[in-house]
Amino acid sequence: MKTLIAISLQVVLLALLPPLLLGIINKTKAWFAGRRGWPVLQVYYDLLRLMKKNVVISSTTTWVFLAAPLVSVISVLLAGLMVPLGPMAAPIHFTGDLIMFAYLLALGRFFTTLAALDTGSSFEGMGAAREVTFACFSEPALFLVLLVLVKLSDTLSLSAMLLSASHVRIGSTASAALVMAAVSLFVVLLAETSRIPIDDPNTHLELTMIHEVMVLDNSGPLLGAQIYASSVKLLILAAFLLHVVLPLDPALVGRDWGIMLAGLVAVAVIIGAVESLMARLQLRFVPTLLVAACLFSGFGFLLIL
Amino acid sequence: MSIYRQLPMLIAGRAIKRQSIPNLSVEEFQQAIVESVEAGCRVVSLFGSPDAGGTLHLYVVLADDSESRLYVGSATLTNREYPSLTLRCTQVHLFERELAEQCQVQVTGHPWLKPVRFQPPLFPRLEPGAGAVSGVNPLPGVMDFYAVSGQEVHEVAVGPVHAGVIEPGHFRFQCHGERVFHLEISLGYQHRGVEQAILKGPDKRSIHYAQTLCGDTTIGHTTAYCQVIEGLAKCQKTARAQTIRAIALELERLANHVGDLGALSGDVGFLSTASHCGRLRGEFLNMTATLCGSRFGRGLICPGGVRFDLDAAAVESLLARLDISGRQTRQAVKLLWNSSSVMARFEEIGVVSTALAVELGLVGPAARACGLARDARHDHPSGLFRFMHIPVSVWDSGDVFARAYIRWLEIQRSLDFIQTQLRSLPAGAINSAVGNLAPDHLAVAMVEGWRGEVCHVALTNASGRFERYKVTDPSFHNWAGLAMALRGAEISDFPLCNKSFSLSYCGHDL
Repeated sequence: MKTLIAISLQVVLLALLPPLLLGIINKTKAWFAGRRGWPVLQVYYDLLRLMKKNVVISSTTTWVFLAAPLVSVISVLLAGLMVPLGPMAAPIHFTGDLIMFAYLLALGRFFTTLAALDTGSSFEGMGAAREVTFACFSEPALFLVLLVLVKLSDTLSLSAMLLSASHVRIGSTASAALVMAAVSLFVVLLAETSRIPIDDPNTHLELTMIHEVMVLDNSGPLLGAQIYASSVKLLILAAFLLHVVLPLDPALVGRDWGIMLAGLVAVAVIIGAVESLMARLQLRFVPTLLVAACLFSGFGFLLIL
Repeated sequence: MSIYRQLPMLIAGRAIKRQSIPNLSVEEFQQAIVESVEAGCRVVSLFGSPDAGGTLHLYVVLADDSESRLYVGSATLTNREYPSLTLRCTQVHLFERELAEQCQVQVTGHPWLKPVRFQPPLFPRLEPGAGAVSGVNPLPGVMDFYAVSGQEVHEVAVGPVHAGVIEPGHFRFQCHGERVFHLEISLGYQHRGVEQAILKGPDKRSIHYAQTLCGDTTIGHTTAYCQVIEGLAKCQKTARAQTIRAIALELERLANHVGDLGALSGDVGFLSTASHCGRLRGEFLNMTATLCGSRFGRGLICPGGVRFDLDAAAVESLLARLDISGRQTRQAVKLLWNSSSVMARFEEIGVVSTALAVELGLVGPAARACGLARDARHDHPSGLFRFMHIPVSVWDSGDVFARAYIRWLEIQRSLDFIQTQLRSLPAGAINSAVGNLAPDHLAVAMVEGWRGEVCHVALTNASGRFERYKVTDPSFHNWAGLAMALRGAEISDFPLCNKSFSLSYCGHDL
């Protein structure tokens, strides 16, 4: 019964919560800029509006263009079912699921970049090239983080390793390794969800965009799907990060769901603060930042060898 | 002695008789331009004007900034062939393209002779008997672009319709990965035919054309227009009128510079300064509205003076608001210089060397950011600036940072200047009568608008009407600077470089 509740809670949170995080980020940014900002729920309204709209599809595109948003949403939701959002194991967990998790995220990206190339637009081609270039650096960082967790928990299942990460004693070498992994993961999160300093989700300047430019040709529900998919990605990476830094205890179920939710809000506020306090990196320095993330988790791994 | 030194000298805002301008041969005319530019002068304006008989005369205005002198030269083009000077003097490249387009001159040997604005010829019948021009002028942007070939080279076309609410312009990049080999800028989408419309003026409409030459430089262009009229009519303005004009000009500079600093920080994703400066720009625009009821200064300036007086209450209110907005601007802009992430984005991006700036004849903040102390308020002062001086702000790194920092320096200077002038506003009338324009005269006006030097040249005919009216917006000089700043840069830095130059499309397209 408890498992059933946990699973349904996980599914509901995974499906409904993500746009709220975007709203919180925007509210934080508005606060820093001395503005009132959009309503926190604006992204929900936007998604509803987009779902009602018609789709305009470029005549140069093929089925890939239509499939990409669908694949993005499905792959990212599947990946989301592997990361526990509370103190209970996630709905999907099996030995080796971390590889599937990483490649589900990569699958969404693969289709989005393919669709971008499919449009034949020079902007979107550039965006796709940037996206995969930077992914070459952020994927190793993610895998090094996973390696730290595997080593610490002696398990190859995402749920088990994330929950066991919560049982590391503060002050131990293992906790130092986790902190380094968390720093690395935060950079990966910013890169994967196209936030400042890596990308600017609010810019209108096509030449500087990375992720946004790839979905320029999407409209209506297709665009909505892409926005939703990237917000889900934000949620699962934030939850992942929280598991690495927060001690959650399966014995105290009710309280820990609350901690998780508060933590997610806090991560959104932190992202908003980072976006407000610094400018975007020059594009050619993005790999440097991502390599630094790899080094952080790499050295974290060395600590616990 | 060089030829150009023998040309008649002229002071900005004054008129001279057309007879006193020597009629040189085309060779001498070109020699004068080359020699003067080698000696450190700039080509301020170069244009053709047909006389009543249809024979084309060329005119050039050269500026010797160090000695605050303008030289005017003229030549008669007997046949319509003109050997290009661009290879000997880069500054004239766009003027020659314009000449070919407006006056149907066959410019031979120009390295890149293409239409500038895709406009129909200004003077369709140049010579008696010559038929009207056949064919339709090409559509803007429909032409061959400079191309780089090779397997890994790709071409990126941006515009003329942009994602932001900005003016139309087409940018063609030749790229290798993220690196830009070459950028070609094609404008002309905003061409409205202002020079043509002002011909045979001045009439009731003329000043409105001048006001709308470039919306964000309304004060700059209108002041230049009025100085031309006043120069031709030998009209003396009152001290009060000149002070109000200068205040309006500096308010325009304040609003635009503050807005640009905000937009620059927006382009690098630095939100606090972006939103604060966006709001503060509105505050400064509102101050212009206090002067005359229009946020952009429409209707404020008229030949002979200004149309709206400032009462004591308005002065008080302006001073109080300047104080508050000035302090808030300081805070918002300070954030920019204190953020290392912003400085990392500004420094060493879009560098234009001093030598290149000299070669291209850049003007305004873009030139001052390359270490050139060029400022028409200092070099060719007119109006109040003959008596009250604003220090010229110069920075020498030539990058986006320099162009941003120049704006901040000028914001501070303008704030000081406006406050001083408001406190010591001279008494008297705001308007003086303007008589008829002197026939057969040439007048040049130079005004340092916020974007750089605004130059208007007028030629009157025997009945004191405009035979030719030539407008040179600072953007006309500076677009080439932007194209060169992108050489070897990264394509993702283009929006930032573009914003740092902040050039006008309609000012260029006229």
